[in-house]
Amino acid sequence: MLELAIGIILGGCALGAGCAMIAGIGPGIGEGNAVAAACEAIGRQPESRSAVTTTMLMGCAVAETTGLYALVIAILLIFVAPGRFVNILLDAIG
Amino acid sequence: MTLLLLILAIIPLIAGVVIKIMFVPASSGIDITGAHIFFTIDLPMGGLPITEAQVNSWLVILSLFFFCLFLTHDLKTTDMSIRQLIAEWIVEKVEGLVRSNMGEFFICFAPFIAAILGLSACSSLLTLIGLFPPTSDINIVAGWAIMTFILITYYKFKAGPWIYIRSFGEPVPFLAPLNIISEVATPISMAFRHYGNVLSGSIISVLVSALLTTLSQLIFGKLPGFLGEFPFLRIGLPAILSIYFDLFSGCLQAFIFAMLTMLYVSGGFPEDEYFKRKRMKEAKRKQQNVQLENTNGGI
Repeated sequence: MLELAIGIILGGCALGAGCAMIAGIGPGIGEGNAVAAACEAIGRQPESRSAVTTTMLMGCAVAETTGLYALVIAILLIFVAPGRFVNILLDAIG
Repeated sequence: MTLLLLILAIIPLIAGVVIKIMFVPASSGIDITGAHIFFTIDLPMGGLPITEAQVNSWLVILSLFFFCLFLTHDLKTTDMSIRQLIAEWIVEKVEGLVRSNMGEFFICFAPFIAAILGLSACSSLLTLIGLFPPTSDINIVAGWAIMTFILITYYKFKAGPWIYIRSFGEPVPFLAPLNIISEVATPISMAFRHYGNVLSGSIISVLVSALLTTLSQLIFGKLPGFLGEFPFLRIGLPAILSIYFDLFSGCLQAFIFAMLTMLYVSGGFPEDEYFKRKRMKEAKRKQQNVQLENTNGGI
């Protein structure tokens, strides 16, 4: 019975981590848009290349933030949460 | 003297490798762990663990300190050495960056920005000699982000507390809770951005090399002796990944952290209000002086 409970905890944590990383879609689309616009701008004005590249990298970094929140949640769910939850379960059983 | 300082700059890195070999238990195969805890100092409010990340960041600080001394000692105005030219190039570049992003008023920020850039980039590049990168531990990066947050708040207070409080009620007063949340989110997002990028890079590298080890065991496992055990497929691809994740991503995150620091500090600073206040104060002082002179003259 205990094995089953721990198995459900591990499976739930893994599934949760996978679901959290769905958030990776958002930054992907956002950064794609940013890079597309930057390419367009460079194509129109090749002399502004360095300024556009710097601004684009900054924008990409800011757009990445939500994805990184999801990444941190996923890392916590995989490496930290199972131990905690199993401990809580064992405490509850006594 | 020059050689001595250069050696002093290299010694901390060697010391880091030695500490790692002596005290960190060797990991068998592939595992993803956090920073190794060397020992814990007992304090009244709880244990203070001294981790690999902290020790490595101290070593980077020491190394950079001696490297800066190496670059800048014995400066001359004529027949300059290459060393001095490199130092001047770094200073000029950073000052140009600060001037173009923050304006002339914040030129005193150049040393701070250069320190953040150097520390962050060198911490991330520490993976190249096989050490634990301090930037993939959230405690180190959160420390820098909190420092930046204090600076931002300090510069927002420059024009008086009333203007600081009023800035939360913009554009409309009932958005104040959201403004407070976004204020708190600034250091959190800065810390998570830097730490998440470096950590995800190292995790992906570990996963790829684990996959390649398993694959090469499947393919070459039947070969006799040493040939069967050696992971041939791990040659090549992890190195290319490392160029992106360690070199490019590490330097880029350092640049972005410094850039965001500059943008947040100069963006939060209420420039017009500050100069208006300064002018008013000066006018007041002048008036007082005139009054004082008048009273003195009257007597």
